[in-house]
Amino acid sequence: MTRFMKNPRNVATGLLLIATAALFAWQSLDLPMGQAIRMGPGYFPIILAGLLAFLGLIVLATGVALPSEHGDGAIHFRQWPWRALFLVTVAIVLFGVGIRPLGLGPSMGLAVFISALASRKFSLVTGLVSALIMVAFSWAVFIKGLGLPLPMLGPWLGGY
Amino acid sequence: MEIFDHLALGFSVAFTFQNLFYCFVGALLGTLIGVLPGLGPVPTIAMLLPITFGLPPVSALIMLAGIYYGAQYGGSTTAILINLPGESSSVVTAIDGYQMARKGRAGAALATAAIGSFFAGSVATFLLAVFAPPLADLALKFGPPEYFALMVLGLVASVALASGSVIKALAMVVFGILLGLSGQDVYTGTPRFTFDMLELADGIEFVALAMGVFGIGEIVRNLEDEHSRTVMVKKVQGLLLSKDDIKRIIGPILRGTFLGSFLGILPGGGAILSSFAAYSVEKKISRRPQEFGKGAIEAVAAPESANNAGAQTSFIPMLTLGIPSNPVMALMIGALIIQGIVPGPNVVNEQPNLFWGIIASMWIGNFMLVVLNLPLIGIWVRLLTVPYHILFPLIVGFCCIGVYSVNNNAIDVYAMALFGLIGYVLLKLHCEPAPLLLGFIIGPMLEEYLRRAMLISRGDPTVFFTRPISATMLGLAALALVVVLLPSVRKKREEAFQE
Repeated sequence: MTRFMKNPRNVATGLLLIATAALFAWQSLDLPMGQAIRMGPGYFPIILAGLLAFLGLIVLATGVALPSEHGDGAIHFRQWPWRALFLVTVAIVLFGVGIRPLGLGPSMGLAVFISALASRKFSLVTGLVSALIMVAFSWAVFIKGLGLPLPMLGPWLGGY
Repeated sequence: MEIFDHLALGFSVAFTFQNLFYCFVGALLGTLIGVLPGLGPVPTIAMLLPITFGLPPVSALIMLAGIYYGAQYGGSTTAILINLPGESSSVVTAIDGYQMARKGRAGAALATAAIGSFFAGSVATFLLAVFAPPLADLALKFGPPEYFALMVLGLVASVALASGSVIKALAMVVFGILLGLSGQDVYTGTPRFTFDMLELADGIEFVALAMGVFGIGEIVRNLEDEHSRTVMVKKVQGLLLSKDDIKRIIGPILRGTFLGSFLGILPGGGAILSSFAAYSVEKKISRRPQEFGKGAIEAVAAPESANNAGAQTSFIPMLTLGIPSNPVMALMIGALIIQGIVPGPNVVNEQPNLFWGIIASMWIGNFMLVVLNLPLIGIWVRLLTVPYHILFPLIVGFCCIGVYSVNNNAIDVYAMALFGLIGYVLLKLHCEPAPLLLGFIIGPMLEEYLRRAMLISRGDPTVFFTRPISATMLGLAALALVVVLLPSVRKKREEAFQE
């Protein structure tokens, strides 16, 4: 692999930028363009998408031709903290899913506890205690203090 | 003198019980997050934005500003005591500050940082009071082409002065602008980039983007390698400086203040660049350069003054032009917009209470920091021992409820999760997230001024080059880009950031 590209990190960045530009360009194509004097909603986004694709090409080209100036340029997928990435994301998404039906208490507790699992130093006690602290804290600040219209227990758990 | 009337007004606003309280809370919270490594001012301010909704605009901004400069202050404490900069702007302080602590001079280093910060903060606040109003008056004369050019210059300058690859940073700006354009088009009401989701009609929530990229992304990165910290200095003694110390720090503090004040105004400058620049200058002109890196007091005094000065003066473009020079200022603009205030040159004249109140509160806040922090250092040291694996789930929880409470909408929570992933990938690809946030904030304004300018010129794009102010600014932007892309300068620039 390294024979064809000297800096895989930049190659990946370039490709991702071009893909992002393509996504935005594709979405803008449905929008009215207008003319320069009276620009439609699609005018500026198309220009920007073009610019982004161009910048992506430059990054891609440098990735193919030039070696990395910082480290070996490899992305080291294996060393990514996949467990943390997954658990933290799941914790946040679960919070979003649970906040209405379950209420603030259970979804906050779940979010904190699951994200605590992301650490290699996780222990059951600290996880539970952190979850409880955050539930109490968010109740005091957001429901009592700020008057957020949220029940502690949602409709699924006998709340309102 | 008009300025004294204005300052008197500012102090009368800032000295109300409520505002003093929020100033205190902001400074204290700022110090706290500055001390806690892995939690920076950007996610904190993003988290606290929802809490400020209920406050009057002045109190909200006073508190948020307090968090920012408080964080500069707290960051230096950890840098000195455990060689772990709580904030990126304290990286330089850690070099010599930690060496001083190892030699048993932690107290002197902390005192130097405090004195330097306070002096620099006071001077920079005064500069802000003097220079902001005329700048705002000048900006009032700007038409759409000038504004467009100014924003382009601001974005380019922030890219040129940031660390890392210029091309990637530019790409991040463009990506940010595109994200910022999502939601209904202002002129026609056409939904853009909403993927037919009604919830996205108002665009991507700014708080979700900021918390995701800066908060969640950072958390995952910190979980890459977890290691325990040990606090070396259990007791801090000798906060009083000797006569010799005082003699040695006067020069560096003055130079650092001057340099920081200047660099802070530049987009992309702010506290980080200021502290790096101040360190290099001191090392160059010092009569004892060999002591640098081994605990030179000058190397603590200058960067600490510079980063605080830079933090204060970076408010100038935000308050007068409505243009953020760094992510924290982007959040401040977000806070203003949420409060129903249109950021820009009109703020100075139409909201004198707000403008002068904030300025006065900065001085008060800086004073509070000195008075509070030196005696409280024991508590801060103890806080350092809170392990990250206990801290970060709380941050995740706080981010969740914080982003949800902005619109009471779960879509913002999902957006934050997505931006957390994007933020982590960007970090891994060595793409700086800061330009993304700036582009996101400036994007909609940029488009609006572009459209207006083209409407005025009847679709003739040369309008940007025939009007002198706009032509000059675009020329400067082009020049800045060419200069940083020149191979020789590129090398020097990288060396500078390496140091």
